Amino acid sequence: MATTTSDVQIDIDAHDEHHHGPDKGLMRWVKTTNHKDIGTLYLWFAFTMLLIGGAMAMVIRAELFQPGLQLVEPQFFNQMTTLHGLIMVFGAIMPAFVGLANWQIPLMIGAPDMALPRMNNWSFWILPFAGAMLLSTLFMEGGGPAFGWTFYAPLSTTFAPDSTDFFIFAIHMLGFSSIMGAINIIATVMNMRAPDMKLMDMPLFVWTWLITAFLLIAAMPVLAGAVTMMLTDRNFGTSFFDAAGGGDPVMFQHIFWFFGHPEVYIMILPAFGVVSQIIPTFARKPLFGYSSMVYATASIALLSFVVWAHHMFLTGMPIAGQMYFMYATIMISVPTGVKVFNWVTTMWRGSMTFETPMLWAVAFVILFTIGGFSGLMLGVAPVDIQYHDTYFVVAHFHYVLVTGALFSIIAAVFYWLPKWCGRMYNEKLAKIHFWWAVISVNVLFFPQHFLGLAGMPRRIPDYSTQFADFNMISSIGGFAFGASFLLLTYIIVNCIRNGEPVKDERVWESARGLEWTVATPAPYHTFNEPPKKAEILNESSHIGAH
Amino acid sequence: MQSNNQYFVPHGSYWPIVGSVGMASLLGGFASSLHGNVLGTGLMVLGLVIIIFMVFGWMGQVVLESESGIYNKQVDRSFRMGMGWFIFSEVMFFAAFFGALWYARNLAVPWLGGEGNNFFTGQVLWPDFKAVWPLIQVPDVSKYTVPKGIIHAWEIPAINTLALLTSGATLTWAHWALLNNKRNQIIAGLIATIVLGVIFLALQVAEYGEAYQHLDLKLTSGIYGSTFFMLTGFHGLHVTLGTIMLIVILMRVIRGHFNPENHFGFEGVAWYWHFVDVVWLGLFIFVYWL
Ligand code: HEM
Ligand SMILES: [Cu+2]
Repeated sequence: MATTTSDVQIDIDAHDEHHHGPDKGLMRWVKTTNHKDIGTLYLWFAFTMLLIGGAMAMVIRAELFQPGLQLVEPQFFNQMTTLHGLIMVFGAIMPAFVGLANWQIPLMIGAPDMALPRMNNWSFWILPFAGAMLLSTLFMEGGGPAFGWTFYAPLSTTFAPDSTDFFIFAIHMLGFSSIMGAINIIATVMNMRAPDMKLMDMPLFVWTWLITAFLLIAAMPVLAGAVTMMLTDRNFGTSFFDAAGGGDPVMFQHIFWFFGHPEVYIMILPAFGVVSQIIPTFARKPLFGYSSMVYATASIALLSFVVWAHHMFLTGMPIAGQMYFMYATIMISVPTGVKVFNWVTTMWRGSMTFETPMLWAVAFVILFTIGGFSGLMLGVAPVDIQYHDTYFVVAHFHYVLVTGALFSIIAAVFYWLPKWCGRMYNEKLAKIHFWWAVISVNVLFFPQHFLGLAGMPRRIPDYSTQFADFNMISSIGGFAFGASFLLLTYIIVNCIRNGEPVKDERVWESARGLEWTVATPAPYHTFNEPPKKAEILNESSHIGAH
Repeated sequence: MQSNNQYFVPHGSYWPIVGSVGMASLLGGFASSLHGNVLGTGLMVLGLVIIIFMVFGWMGQVVLESESGIYNKQVDRSFRMGMGWFIFSEVMFFAAFFGALWYARNLAVPWLGGEGNNFFTGQVLWPDFKAVWPLIQVPDVSKYTVPKGIIHAWEIPAINTLALLTSGATLTWAHWALLNNKRNQIIAGLIATIVLGVIFLALQVAEYGEAYQHLDLKLTSGIYGSTFFMLTGFHGLHVTLGTIMLIVILMRVIRGHFNPENHFGFEGVAWYWHFVDVVWLGLFIFVYWL
């Protein structure tokens, strides 16, 4: 699809030709159409949201430190769990991955920028408005949304506060932004790729994002439909989710999870891509099973559309439905297993070193796998009767989302930050931070498995005393994990401002990929000329010797 | 900023932030107005004005760039992909409502009537409820309006189907003309398409009037009214947008824009129109007919 296009000479503004760098001042960031600027904006936005969402998690863990109601009203507690989830999913994880895509995809496919740069700017600049609208609900009369990040009807329709309508429109805006971002990524990968790069030459991060973008375009509009029906049920007298009018609250769950399950893969596929870039670099071996990785990613993506009701085993679905969704769910673990196998095999007999990005990547492989195993347990319909809506589910999705998605984002930032800013982070501090975080996160989430198996329900501010010990341990881990982000902030800011300058283009001795062929720090404009075939093959992280 | 000779990378732009401000005002104002805030209504109108200003400003700039010949084939392909995937996202948006219709009709309503293992649910909740489709008699008649009748497929909707299908043909006729550079035929084809679109919309308005005034069929008429108005309403909104876009394209054609090689703007709108057409067929079959 990508052919050379030297046929037309473009010259937009002759008088501007001497001007190669960014504009000056604040307006640079508002007007920018540069993929690196926009990537930076996305990443800082996501980081801010991560800290806000994290602060909410601290409130949750503080309240759960002991049984009984100590710090906050139950209603406020529910607002915290709800907004924590929404902000982390839509404000932190998703924008962070789009930020990584913006920075990396053009660099990795030898393109000068994204395909639709002005739209790229808009995709970002919707987010601060949507995020502000979502957070503003907390200050409204009646409080913010308190129905959980899954906003099931009728809690979110009949029994919800007025601020819910602001929440609905915030979701509309976030979805709009995601869809535009995804369209841009597909157009970039399919149309801006260096003419000599075939699809099967693409780095896995690009592949996983291409597939994720497809998931986004297919899933986000369904979410928009769901919140639109909520809006009309709330304000205009429709009865989509009200049995009194012939509708069905369970229908809300079907529509939500038809979006929701692909959504969880939207948050994990780019993570698979990141890890598949990092492990070969530090194992000094090409990625094992490249094409099986591509096919596994694609099959996970397709399957993700046909398993949604494993979130609904307790809604009184017909038995045949439960059986189908159970088997379909368990089938997804096959391609997922292929991936884990490939990462391990890439490391097998490699000359491994454990710089910080590698530490995070290895932690990802191990801890994500734990999350996958608990997912398998939950996917078994008869036992989910016991686990559903307990802390076991909370433990499951925090293993896949925190030690999975978030860990991969941190790994990616450590891996590519030196390339972005031309400075090296403090390796010693970064390692201390890693061990601090990886130990505390397990203290935080592992006991939640036991709590769940023992029957502690999720989304409650108080609990019976038999759960006290594990909750206290979990909270202590939570505070420690929360505090680790202060150190992370320091490490990153310190790297950008005073880090040791890096001059080497390659940064990591055995890194492969086109991004390592441009100068360090990456110049404002790169790949004005597409790279040639020999260079593309030479830089492939999945063929040949390292 | 243009530092290469092979790719098109545009300058920084104010339009996106203008669009964001407009969108936030429109939606924030709408949400406030829903809770009786008069200022909210004003903010909503202001937001809408800003968005319209943004769309014309931004698209105007793109048209200008396109007509001055600085876009290459690659830019054209990016636009095409963008439009194609945007339409796919719209398909999925409608899929949510078609899915709701399917679920309500085939599962939720029969279950409410006691089908499957829901015999006692039916007995306990609304023992008198009869599961039929179209659902006129909702389970709780004190809460929702009971319509006197519904819109039948072989009246206005059939005429509308004819109008939209014909409009698809006239648009394709205009497209052929464009490929052969027959200006007058393009204009004739476009005008015919626009007129058919307007006829469709007028009939749709008449149909809504009939539903609301004579049939008591409303948004509040339980799940039948909900799905009926949601699907036809969003479709009507899309026809409206499509008609406006066609008018813009017509004006561009009159000004001499587009040539047989280079006419993404025309094609993008044409794809959109055909998409709206296909959605209508789905509506006609599943909402009105079956
Ligand atoms: C091995 C693959 C996986 C399987 C078999 C699986 C299975 C499940 C099942 C059955 C549930 C529902 C549990 C219940 O509510 O009773 C669940 C919940 C959840 N899973 Fe997974 N999962 C897998 C991987 C993932 C991944 C990769 C992510 C995200 C990155 C994820 C995110 C979630 C979330 C967020 C929830 C909870 C949603 C909620 O109710 O709030 N899962 N999973
Ligand atoms: Cu799921």
